Amino acid sequence: MSSKLNSRIPEGPIAEKWTKHKGTIPLVSPANKRRIDVIVVGTGLAGSSAAASLAELGYNVKAFCFQDSPRRAHSIAAQGGINAAKNYQNDGDSVFRLFYDTVKGGDYRSREANVHRLAEVSSSIIDQCVAQGVPFARDYGGLLDNRSFGGVQVSRTFYAKGQTGQQLLLGAYSALERQVAKGRVKMYARHEMVDLVVVDGKARGIIARNLVTGELERHSAHAVIIASGGYGNVFYLSTNAMGSNVTAAWKAHKKGAFFANPCFTQIHPTCIPVSGESQSKLTLMSESLRNDGRIWVPAELEDAKAIREGRLKPTDLPEEKRDYYLERRYPAFGNLVPRDVASRAAKERCDAGYGVNKTGEAVYLDFSAAIMRYGKEQANLKGMPNASEAEIRALGTKVVESKYGNLFQMYEKITDENPYVTPMKIYPAVHYTMGGLWVDYNLMSTVPGLFVAGEANFSDHGANRLGASALMQGLADGYFVLPYTVGTFLADDIRTGPISTDLPEFVEAEKAARARFEGFLKAKGSTPVEVFHRRLGKIVWDKIGMARNEAGLKTAIAEIRALREEFYRDVKVLGGMFEMNPELDKANRVADFMELAELMALDALTREESCGGHFREEYQSEDGEALRQDDAFAFVSAWEFTDNDPGKATLHKEDLVFENVKLVTRSYK
Amino acid sequence: MNLTLKVWRQKNAQDQGSFATYAVRDISPDMSFLEMMDVLNEQLIAQGVESVVFDHDCREGICGMCSMFINGEAHGPDRGVTTCQLHMRKFKDGDTITVEPWRAKAFPVVRDLMVDRSAFDRIIQAGGYVSVNTMGNLPDANATPIEKHDADAAFDAATCIGCGACVATCKNASAMLFVSAKVSQFALLPQGQVEAADRVRNMVHQMDLEGFGNCTNTGACEVECPKGISIENIARMNREYLKASITA
Ligand SMILES: Cc1cc2nc3c(=O)[nH]c(=O)nc-3n(C[C@H](O)[C@H](O)[C@H](O)COP(=O)(O)OP(=O)(O)OC[C@H]3O[C@@H](n4cnc5c(N)ncnc54)[C@H](O)[C@@H]3O)c2cc1C
Ligand code: SF4
Ligand code: FES
Repeated sequence: MSSKLNSRIPEGPIAEKWTKHKGTIPLVSPANKRRIDVIVVGTGLAGSSAAASLAELGYNVKAFCFQDSPRRAHSIAAQGGINAAKNYQNDGDSVFRLFYDTVKGGDYRSREANVHRLAEVSSSIIDQCVAQGVPFARDYGGLLDNRSFGGVQVSRTFYAKGQTGQQLLLGAYSALERQVAKGRVKMYARHEMVDLVVVDGKARGIIARNLVTGELERHSAHAVIIASGGYGNVFYLSTNAMGSNVTAAWKAHKKGAFFANPCFTQIHPTCIPVSGESQSKLTLMSESLRNDGRIWVPAELEDAKAIREGRLKPTDLPEEKRDYYLERRYPAFGNLVPRDVASRAAKERCDAGYGVNKTGEAVYLDFSAAIMRYGKEQANLKGMPNASEAEIRALGTKVVESKYGNLFQMYEKITDENPYVTPMKIYPAVHYTMGGLWVDYNLMSTVPGLFVAGEANFSDHGANRLGASALMQGLADGYFVLPYTVGTFLADDIRTGPISTDLPEFVEAEKAARARFEGFLKAKGSTPVEVFHRRLGKIVWDKIGMARNEAGLKTAIAEIRALREEFYRDVKVLGGMFEMNPELDKANRVADFMELAELMALDALTREESCGGHFREEYQSEDGEALRQDDAFAFVSAWEFTDNDPGKATLHKEDLVFENVKLVTRSYK
Repeated sequence: MNLTLKVWRQKNAQDQGSFATYAVRDISPDMSFLEMMDVLNEQLIAQGVESVVFDHDCREGICGMCSMFINGEAHGPDRGVTTCQLHMRKFKDGDTITVEPWRAKAFPVVRDLMVDRSAFDRIIQAGGYVSVNTMGNLPDANATPIEKHDADAAFDAATCIGCGACVATCKNASAMLFVSAKVSQFALLPQGQVEAADRVRNMVHQMDLEGFGNCTNTGACEVECPKGISIENIARMNREYLKASITA
């Protein structure tokens, strides 16, 4: 273990660590909390819940988001659900099972102690949300309903139709606004953190750009919490919201916070395929569709070609000419294999020439079998033994509509195709980033006083995240972990008094930020920011995407460095610094993505194994399955920014010790 | 297809603002309206003209950021969708499309097509919550069963995305649909009962302070609401308000 990393995992049996640790954290009295300021950057699930809870405890909170309101954070888009070990379905779920599933699902690259705590507090999250009036789905008895999600064997997922993220975020948002009304939180919407300010080695504030006036503002505090979400937009096209960015985390990295496992990114198998060059984002089709849809491509290249050229319709292809490749390769799990496995299998077929849309990058997700199966069930229930095929189809269509109606409608709006009649087309897309700022058990980064929560940290999902676990983690961090663990740092700050924003560190950071923005404006080049972002995304997707290899990664590094150089020389940003200027803000974000991308490639190059979302082509079995190298790579890569060059980052290793879960090879055959 | 766009340009809140006319070519029917605006913006930048500013983020109809008044309709001609979900196949080659910001006293223009909707946040601050602190020892989530019908109705009300199309559409710029959706969500749930009277009074009071207009029951809001929030919520809020006034 690197001497610069101290994970501060409490001693003792895993199930007692958190309770014991909580008991030993020094308390800050309410009177003293009033003298302590905390900055929270980001008001998604993690940030809103943290800001509200800290304010309730008595801290002075300043919260920041770049949208016009905290209610609009990217968390709002989560569809499927949130996990909790309630065991309401009496199907044998438990804290240990949720812990175990998460460590296994993460392909054994996460820290046991953190994951166990997550599973422990998961129950309280549901209680908290229900008390806030979050309208989760219920059964006819009035109790909370659950579904099974993401290939686990128990039903532990709580949901609110296809809008779980929205309902949870609105719950956290209302708690936050309640504190704003009380004056306990000062909310800075349309503000973007553009640098971290470190004083005497401690995080003491941020520089934020007021996005309406363009002004750079200095904000001080005794501690800073970053909850700015994931960095999936480094791929340009992703399911993330347009504004999602890495800037807050990256600026903290450059000021000393180590960045962990940047190459661990998740590609979700069921998204609507890319339709054209000017596409700006990708839309997720909920994973729940795989419960009833069968995935296939034509078995013969000729047929695939005919379909691409519009000479053949998928519905005209007989069963024996279809290749249900997931069912073929993974008979035990079939269409329900984990995300990383399903995504790679789709890519493999399309790369081999079997793709079914114009771009050759799409596979079918077909509901016709489910429609007929449900239809027959209904016909039997309704006492119609002689129902015609058309009648059965109509009955089955109704059932499918009741389960997935809103998703089918969304699909039709976007593609103009009716998925009840012709199979959906899907393709994998970037969805989530497991990597993020390195944090210890207290969620504190390597910069004292800088805490990181939600998707922005690296903590709980290892190399692959299970469905419905990100919402759980964001709210666990914000409601139930940080309110305690910030005490480990802040207890020493009772007598510090307000931090002055006139300190030279603030002046310097503001000056540097200003110079950076002016640099973009002064380049007066010929290429819009968007074009650079698109080009960067293509490099990252092709070479640091679903499958990576040494040669490709090395080329990627060279290409990214060249693109960066070109960017600073040739970027074209109009308008001025002290006005609303979204192009300028975008330039600042894309500049950081370009540095992060290089670190991702470096991390992927260093990790000579395949695990979870990280698939190195050199490390696969004969039949194409991922090969982990536990002896050499059971560690977290934590990168230290070095020599002002992302490519020269220094690797620190946090060895992962597994005392409660036995490492096995994941098999879904 | 080729289109003519008449787009509202306004430098900042103080500026008068006016329409500018632009032509865009080779627009694919599969593009979303905002992707068409992206094409326009790339074209403008190439010509040295500052791009058109508009609010957007999720681009899948859930964050409530996007907010364009297109050919006289909030979120454009399609029903049940936000601006980001509107597709160009709803338009014809050669069309002229007028694009304006939401227009309401309580939603001042920030720049071009972007408006300030912080009034909605302040209405929520006035009472759009249940007063419960974060606690690890709350009653179990299943301690109070809630009838499925009520839970579903509360959910339907809670799906409001706070976009403000209802205000932009209403000839009085009333925010009744937005406010009533939040009031209804809590009115339908046991958790909301304790503070029910204060909630509706305070939220309505704040709505009036912000300068939103009165509701005259034209029902236009319900038609344009991308999330299908029903005006039954307004009726429910009126009943809640009456109840609160009687008990006051
Ligand atoms: C389409 C989709 C569906 C999903 N479905 C599920 C699901 O069903 N279940 C599940 O568990 N997970 C799901 N996820 C993942 C999950 O939604 C996210 O991981 C999670 O919501 C992230 O929450 P967060 O609070 O960490 O960050 P976000 O919600 O991304 O919030 C980030 C916040 O930071 C702010 N911010 C960012 N940068 C700055 C800056 N520089 N300055 C100031 N503010 C800044 C933003 O304004 C925002 O408030 C889904 C993700 C996607 C894309
Ligand atoms: S009620 Fe409908 S139109 Fe009004 S803010 Fe909510 S979602 Fe938008
Ligand atoms: S951009 Fe989010 S609703 Fe349109």
